[in-house]
Amino acid sequence: MSEKKIRVLVAKAGLDGHDRGAKVISQALKDAGMEVIYTGLRQAPEQIVETAIQEDVQVVGISILSGAHMDLLPPVVELLRSQDAGDVLVIAGGVIPKEDIPFLKEAGIAEVYTPGTSTEEIINYIREQVS
Amino acid sequence: MFEKEKLERLKEKREAFDKLLEKRLQKRPERKEKFVTDSYIPVQTVYTPLEIEGFDYEEQLGFPGEYPFTRGVQPNMYRGRLFTMRQYAGYGSAEETNKRFRYLLEQGQTGLSIAFDLPTQIGYDSDHPMARGEVGKVGVSIDSLWDMETLFDSIPLDKVTTSMTINSPAAVLLAMYLALAEKQGVSLEHLGGTIQNDILKEYVARGTYIFPPEPSMRLITDTFAYCGEKVPAWNTISISGYHIREAGSTAVQEIAFTLANGIAYVDAAVKAGLEVDKFAPRLSFFFNAHQDFFEEIAKFRAARRAWARIMKERFGAQDPRSQMLRFHTQTAGCSLTAQQPMVNIVRVAFQALSACLGGTQSLHTNSYDEALALPSEHAVLMALRTQQVVGYEIGATDTVDPVGGSYFIESLTDEIEQQVMDYIQRIDELGGAVKAIEEGYMQQEIQKSAYEYQKEVEEKSRVVIGVNKFVSEYEDPTDLLKVDPAVAERQVEKLSALRQERDGQKVAEALKNLRSVAQTDNNLMPYIVEAVKAYATIGEICDVLREIFGEFQQQVVL
Repeated sequence: MSEKKIRVLVAKAGLDGHDRGAKVISQALKDAGMEVIYTGLRQAPEQIVETAIQEDVQVVGISILSGAHMDLLPPVVELLRSQDAGDVLVIAGGVIPKEDIPFLKEAGIAEVYTPGTSTEEIINYIREQVS
Repeated sequence: MFEKEKLERLKEKREAFDKLLEKRLQKRPERKEKFVTDSYIPVQTVYTPLEIEGFDYEEQLGFPGEYPFTRGVQPNMYRGRLFTMRQYAGYGSAEETNKRFRYLLEQGQTGLSIAFDLPTQIGYDSDHPMARGEVGKVGVSIDSLWDMETLFDSIPLDKVTTSMTINSPAAVLLAMYLALAEKQGVSLEHLGGTIQNDILKEYVARGTYIFPPEPSMRLITDTFAYCGEKVPAWNTISISGYHIREAGSTAVQEIAFTLANGIAYVDAAVKAGLEVDKFAPRLSFFFNAHQDFFEEIAKFRAARRAWARIMKERFGAQDPRSQMLRFHTQTAGCSLTAQQPMVNIVRVAFQALSACLGGTQSLHTNSYDEALALPSEHAVLMALRTQQVVGYEIGATDTVDPVGGSYFIESLTDEIEQQVMDYIQRIDELGGAVKAIEEGYMQQEIQKSAYEYQKEVEEKSRVVIGVNKFVSEYEDPTDLLKVDPAVAERQVEKLSALRQERDGQKVAEALKNLRSVAQTDNNLMPYIVEAVKAYATIGEICDVLREIFGEFQQQVVL
């Protein structure tokens, strides 16, 4: 029996153009056998959620390095929930201070990855959560 | 350079050496199977005259301050004046950044470098919906000339030079700076500074584009022409490899793509009717100082030589200043680790030394806490002190190009230059840099290197102390800088006050004039200057240009 591929949306929230991480993660998830859609830069929370629903993904991975994470990450979860897509796993990565992480988790971001995280760790986490 | 007979004898000795070495290696293998630089250039056990056999001193090196400028752009380099110590800074409001600027100047910094927040860099006012959460975050928020006046309060523009990391709306921020100079009574004749103004690398690696390539190139050549006449000492562009490298390129790709972009700007300016020797002396560059110490030094030297040859041979530039590659350097942000952050101070020191040995004109040293947050005042001070140690204490600045003539360095310099020219040829074949970028060629090359790098880190064939080796407990710095969330609110209030107070008719008039000239081929700069003087905001000015020029749509390549 062939297993269904995990579908992931990798999104760049906010205005920063640092997409090295987003692209490296996208490539790594692909190599790990997942289907990956990458949004490109400057995505507002509304756009991210729209794409996530359209593409029927199980996971949304948001990359943000501009410091706007406190403003832009919680709305993604809220919007997903309000559109009956609250079961989508939302994870985030970027330059995010440790002290901000509890607030983000409280808001429904399942995991927050900071610099130095291996792609393997993220792949394993997604596999564990989505099965 | 080397006597033939002696080279022959050396070859024999070399063969004997290699045999002996091979025997030894059978017994005791080396630490790694293959030694390569960050650009995957093989590194040999030892370098001798044989590796640079055809080396011609006059042709390859010459004297500093002379073509092809391999050894440096000034005859005596740092013996005259040290590199400018220029820390990139900016966060929150203009008031706060003004304080940081004055602090840095008091601590012996010799030039300013403005970091703008993302809405400013993308031409949005602070109250634009896309500015949500971004106001004052990665830099200072500037909506209008009013903010610029606050930013430079008590900083006389004839006493400092200022570098502005601004690209798509570079003409607007330059116009604000010129208007400010006028207000301070400083003559434009001697006004010194730099606008980054390098849109091509925004499409490739940095992402703060607004308009499509063609009108963007026009904005750039307009600033070349305008400054050539009115602000002759201004660096009209800083053609940047820094962000290409941060996006994951190798050292060779960094130089190759940057010089290819440089060629595209020169082409565009020549096509717009400008004379090479009129604008080329004001072109400047910006590179990364990364981890591979020797390759970085060789990279800077190779870049200088390659650009001199390109300007002379390809564009027929006669003025030596047109052939000189002058550059700013910043240490590698992506080499900083969030783990054991104090180790970053050491990394930065080596990177700064490589920039110094590579002959940089100015330098930004990163702060140790930048993988965690915006730098705190303490971290910035450490960073500045680090480059002061390099400049003042260790003797590295007392002679020109101290590593010149090293067999390894010269061999690497030759190899990098060769590989750079191969890349440029490939880009020429694709139809030039603009085409190569539109087709995603540069982006894909960079992405491949970035992914390779990540795999090496995860496979541990590339050591990152604190991340995949020598991992240990560490304490996070406790004084991380946090931007006050009220900054955005205050900035929006200031903006609406501005809209109340300014002469609305004058603004409308200036924007109307700008709209009409944007539809012609005439230089936009005088009209942008008029608009900023009327206190039109950056968003209003860019909206007019968006209307006429359209917006760039990113091709997502994966």
